[in-house]
Amino acid sequence: MAAEDLPSEFDVVILGTGLAESVVAAACSRVGQRVLHVDRRSYYAANWASFTFNALLTWIQEIQAESLSEEVQDRSSLVEEGEELIYLSGSDSASISNLQVFCYVSEEAEEEEEPANTTEEEEAGAAGEGAAKEPSETESAGSKEEEAGEAAEGDEQAAQEQGEEPKADQPQPSAPPSQSEPTRKKISYTQLVKEGRRFNIDLVSKLMYSRGSLVDLLIKSNVSRYAEFKNVTRILTYRHGSVEQVPCSRADVFASRQLSVVEKRKLMRFLTSCVEETEEHQAYNGRPYLEFLREQQLGDNLQHFLLHSIAMVTEDTLTKVGLASTRHFLRCLGRYGNTPFLFPVYGLGEIPQCFCRMSAVFGGIYCLRHSVSCLIVDKDSNRCKAVIDSRGQRISCSHFVVEDGFVGADRKVATPTRLLSRAVLITDASVLPGDSEQQVSLVTVPPTDGRPAVNMVELSPSTMTCIPGTYLVHLTCQSVGSAYEDLSPVVTRMFCMAECQDEENRPAVLWCLYFNMADGSGVEPEGHDLPSNVYVCSGPDGALGHEHAIKQAESIFLKILPEEEFCPPAPNPEDIIYDGENTSPTSIGEEEEEEGLTAAGGEGEEKQQEQQEEETSLQPEE
Amino acid sequence: MHGRVKIKTTAQQEEEKRKEREKKLKIYVAARDACFSKRNEGIWDDEALQLTQQLLSSNPDFATLWNYRREILLHLETVKDKDEVQKIYEAELSFTESCLKVNPKSYGSWHHRGWVSARLPRPDWARELTLCDRCLSLDDRNFHCWDYRRMVVKMSGVPVDQELAFTDRLIGSNFSNYSSWHYRSTLLPLLHPESPEPPSPCREPPQSSPPPSPQTHSHRVCEEQLLKEYELVQNAFFTDPNDQSAWFYYRWLLGRAEREEMISCVYVNREEERVAVAFSRPVNAQSVGLFLVLDGQPQRVEWRSVHPCFKHSPVWICSLPPGTISDITNERNLTVHWTEKHTHRDCALYTGRTESWCRDSATDQELFRSELSVEKTSVLQSELQSVKQLQELEPLNKWCLLTIILLMRALDPLGYEQEMLAHFRTLKEVDSMRSAYYSDLCSKFMIENTILKMEYAEVRVFSISDKNLTTLCHLDQLLLVTHINLSSNHLQRLPPQFAMLQCLEVLEADNNAIENLEGVYHLPKLEEVLLKNNKISTLADLQPLASCPKLKRLDLRGNPVTQTANVESELAELLPSVTDLLL
Repeated sequence: MAAEDLPSEFDVVILGTGLAESVVAAACSRVGQRVLHVDRRSYYAANWASFTFNALLTWIQEIQAESLSEEVQDRSSLVEEGEELIYLSGSDSASISNLQVFCYVSEEAEEEEEPANTTEEEEAGAAGEGAAKEPSETESAGSKEEEAGEAAEGDEQAAQEQGEEPKADQPQPSAPPSQSEPTRKKISYTQLVKEGRRFNIDLVSKLMYSRGSLVDLLIKSNVSRYAEFKNVTRILTYRHGSVEQVPCSRADVFASRQLSVVEKRKLMRFLTSCVEETEEHQAYNGRPYLEFLREQQLGDNLQHFLLHSIAMVTEDTLTKVGLASTRHFLRCLGRYGNTPFLFPVYGLGEIPQCFCRMSAVFGGIYCLRHSVSCLIVDKDSNRCKAVIDSRGQRISCSHFVVEDGFVGADRKVATPTRLLSRAVLITDASVLPGDSEQQVSLVTVPPTDGRPAVNMVELSPSTMTCIPGTYLVHLTCQSVGSAYEDLSPVVTRMFCMAECQDEENRPAVLWCLYFNMADGSGVEPEGHDLPSNVYVCSGPDGALGHEHAIKQAESIFLKILPEEEFCPPAPNPEDIIYDGENTSPTSIGEEEEEEGLTAAGGEGEEKQQEQQEEETSLQPEE
Repeated sequence: MHGRVKIKTTAQQEEEKRKEREKKLKIYVAARDACFSKRNEGIWDDEALQLTQQLLSSNPDFATLWNYRREILLHLETVKDKDEVQKIYEAELSFTESCLKVNPKSYGSWHHRGWVSARLPRPDWARELTLCDRCLSLDDRNFHCWDYRRMVVKMSGVPVDQELAFTDRLIGSNFSNYSSWHYRSTLLPLLHPESPEPPSPCREPPQSSPPPSPQTHSHRVCEEQLLKEYELVQNAFFTDPNDQSAWFYYRWLLGRAEREEMISCVYVNREEERVAVAFSRPVNAQSVGLFLVLDGQPQRVEWRSVHPCFKHSPVWICSLPPGTISDITNERNLTVHWTEKHTHRDCALYTGRTESWCRDSATDQELFRSELSVEKTSVLQSELQSVKQLQELEPLNKWCLLTIILLMRALDPLGYEQEMLAHFRTLKEVDSMRSAYYSDLCSKFMIENTILKMEYAEVRVFSISDKNLTTLCHLDQLLLVTHINLSSNHLQRLPPQFAMLQCLEVLEADNNAIENLEGVYHLPKLEEVLLKNNKISTLADLQPLASCPKLKRLDLRGNPVTQTANVESELAELLPSVTDLLL
């Protein structure tokens, strides 16, 4: 970014480019507010971001090197009479913890050993045959330090030009594959790095309910035009040691081979009867949903599907909640496909960026690698009058929206720290190979032995999040222990690590990452020890959908502008009246927009061309 | 507020749109007029192609322009070489494709595409198939596309098994699709034809007729495949019992037996010197080559149907020349030949007998059952079990109830009679909009049962009183009946088919709602007509009775007609043969 100064006055300044912040930015710009949207990071979307494989490695290194904290500069010289300063925290380092990386593939492609077996064969091999490769790391405790050391090494490089890709020969975050003889491996680590640009690995794992508030908002605001979507093609569940497909749509029920015809009828009847609330339902409101399901004489199969995969609740969830969640699932079904879910092509990180783009189109100004270091508060009114950015410029504003992580812990309402456990795997085959290799699956793993229920999303290359021949698997649950403790048992049950010659034909894990992320669901936008016109946006929550962030954004917007509509449809370009050549606030906006656009979508352009058929467009509906 | 994007107001937009539309209309009309005048002048040039293309891309349903376009193309074919023609037609294909995007159900575009594809020197059928599949994936019920696809499949010779897999796919994604199910029903007999052995050994071959023609069972499918289809369709109707497409397919699976075409009965009456012939299906005896041979001598007779309103009828009669068979001491041998079907039936009129007939044993239950199925009883029984299972879960589903009734009829019509009636009662309650249909269907089944009972008893009396009949059917089966009792039903008329009861002597039809006697027509032996408490209101309604020469007794009590002035004298004039009139 050019070193020139920013305008010194805005209506709304927003720090952090997570989903809620970006939606607020779009909503404010859309109704004519002057918005400055900054993020200290070099990338958009904060903990909602998607990374290429290489960028993810850089991110890992940054997290591990986080110890060097920024020096707090004294800005008191900019304070005027009757004002005081609130310093913001330099980074949100606390949100990610327990990060561990494992690599199960050899570094080199196999040319040396089997010259014929080059990369061209990558798709030919049978899926189940994982490489007999010792995991590069098994002892998490020891390896962590090792990693940290290595990461520090690579840090200099990473600290350089952020937007650029790390080079392929950059030190790996994990120990290089050790001595043991690789037998046959289709995809090597080198290849993962070489083709790393074709990965889009999300930090959060969520899906979009097709009648959820995010999809509604995307349609309503026309932001959907900036993205493409894929249907999640099937819902799977892990049961009795194997993966089964959950029949949820009419077509699935019809085609299901596991259900008897009587079960089919019972399931369909139950689903149909759920749609409307009846007196019978109300009678069960205060009792567990499981009890209600038992009463319906559905049998074990259907009960499992309904509880774990359709309602996605636990055994002690109340009927009222269970039914509401079942209804939500059913309402979403069939709007765009045979499951209730959509997934954005190129990953979830696209979504906050789409809103940023909308904000930029309506004049929002964007700066990455740019932060707000402190707030200037008017002592009398306890309102934030201005902010001081990381370059020491004083920028006055009427409202300030900030990502939770930038607010010092001393100023926040103490909430019990809840964490999410996450795992990201790159695998070589689907957990349930089907007719098509391009399935996008949600796998529900019910809770066992005190371990929480795990949501697993398996993305195929059709979502443009991984390279052909691989699948990208995201696991998420509420933390009980560390991410590794919570999720590795599930991973070991369902996948083979490359060390074992797998007899059950489970997919092999090529590479995986575990980490914990702060659960944003506990953070409130207000009530903190902050000026009344400062609003806090939480990071991602653990739910599968996006309701939390969208609701939060809407409530913040309504506090800033109680009279205005939240994200009204953007007008068609031909209906916009442009003022003459004379400079007007609009045209300044337009100029800045260019910048915003490139920042947000530089890579997007390129992606568009790679785009393949069959994206779901949100527009043509009903 | 400053900085807000300014948007045109609605009125401004409206006005702009209106102007836009006006401009478009002007261009359109001008182009249309230009096209018409060029066509009138017989000009077939590229410019005309351009013009029609412009117009059709905005309005692909302009049939005249498509015709003009074809005229031009036919002309170009004669003047261009093959490669150029290929190019022109390929351009046509991409043009129709863009028209289909405007209106995927445009008759004109699809037809034009078919026409072009057929004329294309080097057609690319694979491409066309892909196009169809794409269209069907957007709208799996676009019947234009289905039509076009059938043509493409035929022209390109797509293997039947691939097509069956195609229907599997479409049904898998949405089984509420008549087109797919129907397509299956045409493919299965080709792919899995029934083995030549007839599958129902219980069905006796008819005694005096030749073996069934090979096409009799051509729509049938081998049993192994049938069982798979039953499973598939059960999955559909258990998943959604209210979807009728699956039920219709199921009915097709269960019932594909066709009645054999034959002469089912020959009846001869010495006194009236009359022959009546019944066929297994309605025919036009005047055109199918029907001949009567008496003692080896071909007879010149004139066949007439039982009622002038029938051109096709299952019963035909003829009069023999006076005196040919009237001598009671002679034995006569008749043969009726149906030359078109290479079949015939003999009938001997023995000495001393006044009438005689020859026919198959009508006790054969298959007579009615064949409408539904010739499957093995065990298969039907297990089908009945599964549909009953569904009915337990969905006691009020009409398709389920109806199918149970049909299966019961196929299995044992008399044994299941009470259950059938109960199911009909439920049906009329749950689907009251179609209660009249169910009443008629129930009447039909009750008549079938009564005919079976009558045949078992080997009598010529047909009695079906107090059974809620709303309609009469299968009357061709009652050719030999002398006494019919239809009392206490809900009949409103005796339809023309009633005239097939050629041997009828006594008609009892008290306590109905009969207002029309059309079918009581030229019944040569009819003596007694009892119509107490019906709705006959005018003398004209009684007119048909005048054609029955032997009518002696007529009961009209409780009919509105009795209130007519001078009814007695009028009746005496209309029906002079009646001696016993009850008013």
